[in-house]
Amino acid sequence: MVETSEIICVACPKGCTLQVKHEDKDVVEIIGAGCRRGKDYAICELQDPRRMVASTVKVKGGLHPLVPVYTREGFPKPLIPQLARKLREVEVPAPVKINQVVLKDALGTGIDIITSRDMPRVN
Amino acid sequence: MKHNYDVIIIGSGPGGLAAAIAAKENQAEDVLIIERDIELGGILVQCIHNGFGLEIFDEDMPGPTYAQHFIEKAKGLGIDTLMDTMVLDITPDRKVYAINKRQGYVELFARSIVLAMGCRERTRAQIMLPGSRPAGVYTAGTAQRFVNVEGRMPGEKFVILGSGDIGMIMARRLTIEGARVERVLEIMPYLTGLTRNYVQCLLDYGITLQKQRTVNRIVGRDRVEAIEAVSVDESWNPIPGTMETIPCDSLLLSVGLIPENELSKKAGVLLDPVTNGPYVDDRFMTNVPGIFAAGNVVHVYDLVDWVTEAGTVAGKGAAAFAQAEKVKADEQIPLEAGENIRYVVPHKLTKANLAEELVRLQMRVITPIEERVLVTVEDQNGEVVAKKAEAYARPGEILSLAIKPKAFDAVQNAMKLTVNVRKR
Repeated sequence: MVETSEIICVACPKGCTLQVKHEDKDVVEIIGAGCRRGKDYAICELQDPRRMVASTVKVKGGLHPLVPVYTREGFPKPLIPQLARKLREVEVPAPVKINQVVLKDALGTGIDIITSRDMPRVN
Repeated sequence: MKHNYDVIIIGSGPGGLAAAIAAKENQAEDVLIIERDIELGGILVQCIHNGFGLEIFDEDMPGPTYAQHFIEKAKGLGIDTLMDTMVLDITPDRKVYAINKRQGYVELFARSIVLAMGCRERTRAQIMLPGSRPAGVYTAGTAQRFVNVEGRMPGEKFVILGSGDIGMIMARRLTIEGARVERVLEIMPYLTGLTRNYVQCLLDYGITLQKQRTVNRIVGRDRVEAIEAVSVDESWNPIPGTMETIPCDSLLLSVGLIPENELSKKAGVLLDPVTNGPYVDDRFMTNVPGIFAAGNVVHVYDLVDWVTEAGTVAGKGAAAFAQAEKVKADEQIPLEAGENIRYVVPHKLTKANLAEELVRLQMRVITPIEERVLVTVEDQNGEVVAKKAEAYARPGEILSLAIKPKAFDAVQNAMKLTVNVRKR
């Protein structure tokens, strides 16, 4: 049976409202997407919803006690709370470089968690 | 430490960094950024979420990554920085007074200035929230700094007032860090932030948003114990019978941003009462010549990319203004007292000024001449640039002579000008 779901695209700040006709998880038609990314988002949202996740991990001996980190790509939505807990346990020594991997293959997803800035060492 | 700069930029957020880079890339030699924090980047440092750079880089970056791109560029260009330094005052003639722990009080001069102080959050006082004054009431940005930079959790159970982007982003952030967000309240009948943030910050985490609802009262003596929420009508009057007490230990306010212009006012910069930022021209120059403004100090933007663009325009403008100031200073030539002249005022002539208006010279003679005289202004080769006949010349009476705009071409090769009075 074909159903219609309304999905708000989060791919960019425009936030297009998409009317998605689908049969269970198979997309039949997408109306209202302002760009290609919106179509991809709608398909993904039905089949395997993912989000970019940003958080922080502890740093030893850094300019600040934390360094910001994020998922290199969209992370499976149902696993986000578990990832958040996991990241609270991670600690890295300063100095930290931007794009440094702080957690490899997070929760077996194949997705690395990387830093979003340098964190210089301070004595 | 240098004290004279072509361009001084106040603030190192995205607007300030872009202005500094643009100034340097457009022939400003000495460029200085003054920043009150211990590192460059401004508010981007605490905006760890994604969504930055889509317009400029066509890439979805976290705030710190976006900032680092410009910080590295600024450092690579040899832009000077004065960190951990507070600017106290700016004057209309572009003196900058600042203070820090290392040098104490410093006085600087800039040929042009870019104001890039950003904006500040509206506080509890500005929205006149009733109730006691316990600990636990924060603006959303302050909480963001605690959680994302300083590693402190400001509370465990939150209510957030305002559905602006920072409020919604903090609702998600606090949830990820293990806190509970009981409610987001919005006094307007619509969301004030981006829809995508409603989806990915509130819906995704099961956080309830209530519109046309606000904080009636804060409860608690030493620490927030609860807030009373109430529904409001179109005129924001509380609707009886809609009160709910929500137990919590913290209240975050995400109730709007105001351009930060305390320094601008001191420099004589006029502010638009609608934007709360300076009136600017198409190069972002304010009403004070040589003082530019860029980014959230002018009006509050919703995308950092546009702030960067504004900073670039202002930085270019500031560099051009500084260049013109230098040229003017370079092209000043001395006016000297020659034959039978005791002194001449002014002492210097700015060649470029002759393009638009005449320059009046006044002088006194040394010895009286009681017959017809000729006053001449001559360049170093004896070429006459201006002259005037007088019936006599007496030390007690000032002689006056105008160099007119038609002499503009004649003075362009002059290294100096000498005034003489001779018998005809």
